[in-house]
Amino acid sequence: MKILLIGESRDNKVLETTYELTGFAGAAAAESSLFFVGSPHDLPAVSGRLYLADVAACGEYNPDLHRDLIVRTVAEENPDAVVFLHSSYGWDLAPRVAAALKVAQISEVVGLVEGGFEVGCCNGKMRRTVKPATARVVLTIQSGAFPVNKEGGSPQVVALAPPVASGRVIFAGYEAAEARAIDLGRAEVIVSAGRGVGKKDNIPLIAALAKALGGELGASRPVVDAGWIEHSHQVGTTGQSVAPKLYVACGISGAIQHLAGMKKSDFIVAINKDKDAPIGEIADVLIVADVLQFVPALTAKL
Amino acid sequence: MKILVCIKQVPDLESRFKANSAGVWFDETDLAWRMNEYDEYAVEQAVKLREQLGEGSELVVLSIGPDRVVEAMKKALAMGCDRGVHVQDSAAAVKDPAQIAATVVAYARDQHFDVIFTGMQSQDRGSAQVGVLVAAGLDIACATTLVGFSYSDGTITAKRELEGGLKGIVKLKTPALVTCQLGLNVPRYPTLPNIMKAKKKDIAALPIESLLSTPPLAATVSFHPPAKKGGGIVLEGEVGILVDQLLGILKEKTAVLR
Ligand SMILES: Cc1cc2nc3c(=O)[nH]c(=O)nc-3n(C[C@H](O)[C@H](O)[C@H](O)COP(=O)(O)OP(=O)(O)OC[C@H]3O[C@@H](n4cnc5c(N)ncnc54)[C@H](O)[C@@H]3O)c2cc1C
Repeated sequence: MKILLIGESRDNKVLETTYELTGFAGAAAAESSLFFVGSPHDLPAVSGRLYLADVAACGEYNPDLHRDLIVRTVAEENPDAVVFLHSSYGWDLAPRVAAALKVAQISEVVGLVEGGFEVGCCNGKMRRTVKPATARVVLTIQSGAFPVNKEGGSPQVVALAPPVASGRVIFAGYEAAEARAIDLGRAEVIVSAGRGVGKKDNIPLIAALAKALGGELGASRPVVDAGWIEHSHQVGTTGQSVAPKLYVACGISGAIQHLAGMKKSDFIVAINKDKDAPIGEIADVLIVADVLQFVPALTAKL
Repeated sequence: MKILVCIKQVPDLESRFKANSAGVWFDETDLAWRMNEYDEYAVEQAVKLREQLGEGSELVVLSIGPDRVVEAMKKALAMGCDRGVHVQDSAAAVKDPAQIAATVVAYARDQHFDVIFTGMQSQDRGSAQVGVLVAAGLDIACATTLVGFSYSDGTITAKRELEGGLKGIVKLKTPALVTCQLGLNVPRYPTLPNIMKAKKKDIAALPIESLLSTPPLAATVSFHPPAKKGGGIVLEGEVGILVDQLLGILKEKTAVLR
């Protein structure tokens, strides 16, 4: 199999997640080349052909233009698969490329199976095996599903001239993440509240356990979106990445975006009334109980 | 100005899923249904835009699926959409994103919508493709994963959510399609008077065959739970006993209890 990987850069630097793509290429035993809109001064450490479009001319986010460059590269490379990360860059761009190439896209690939791809569904609870009906396929791979491969090498650079047309979506700059009231990254213990906590009035129960364990309060995204806890406490891909000695997940299902932010914790305890919740896959201990009964009882004994 | 919002009805994600007889998607028996969470944000934003534009604008809600999806459409109508289009398809669940998008494109092509809203993905399928594919099919501008939206004078200013709390600001000229992320706004609860009013709103029914004629580009061959990696301990039982068991484990395995 021959594949074209779509690397990512931000602020003129290669994003580390790019090496999950090379990890995927390894897992698929595929011959790969890489397409990359980035700075000529910070190239990904890969071997093989690197199709480079200068970010100074093409922009970090200019999806129509990046699509056109990728379509051009596909014509040149003739790959069996075009592989993106399932990231804010990837899920935005991949369907544009799939539509332009008139081929199938398979999203959130977590594994490879004979003749097809394993993808997550139902909020991480279930899996589907999907087979493309088109000869070529566009994939987005789930972050963390394939090992990072940073073996390096020096790429053989093929410079791409930017197309003359400008895109229809005009990028107007970044807005930095809110200043963090707390740095969860340093906490030794984090006790996080998820939607299973039920309502804002119950948050103090979780905060009390965090305090009793000498730790900090964390949160899953719906709890933050609902305004129960501030964003600076959110754990996950769009919050903070944490690796405490102990992580206690209270009423959190274990969606991939949450796991991405906490799976490196030394010891994980999950409290969930659903024995099959995906959090059980990575928890060292899964307590099957009502969080509103269990948490106060635990706090009382500390 | 014409606005379209596309919604999907999904099962309650806290349900227990098992494969259907074909083994390619879940069995629908005993499932409770609701509007896809991402789409609730899309509907709210569409209604807000409709309110901003006032007289002379129209907001259409579209959903593809069996008759049960009308329930989700009624909620959207009660939230403030003007009328509904139900694309009747009892086999919608096994259509691939390219087919769902082609169906929306076939409906929307001659309608000249100025702004189209969709959720960034569905909670059950999670492909995050349909919105972008619709924009590609209609050849209009598109931005994904919105956590901020404003409109003035034919230009949308959108805030895209990137990783780690970073956001990207983008501008798009209408006609355009945007996909909505959780937290974009606070979706309203339909009030009783609005639920009553919604009952009188029109929902047109269109058979899927009138809009879709293309085959899937990908096929699901199996639906199953993830392979258990094992490892973790699962504890069940009486709360008092569970607390003591956990304390014992934490004392033995971690250094956090002093
Ligand atoms: C682009 C993108 C980025 C995202 N970024 C993040 C992120 O950074 N962080 C994040 O957390 N999510 C993120 N999400 C959202 C993520 O996909 C999930 O929707 C979210 O993590 C779910 O949160 P939850 O587990 O609290 O809620 P749910 O998935 O609703 O789970 C609630 C859980 O509580 C359990 N429960 C219910 N009642 C009780 C009870 N009484 N006692 C015990 N258990 C109970 C249920 O069994 C269930 O497992 C992102 C999504 C997208 C698309």
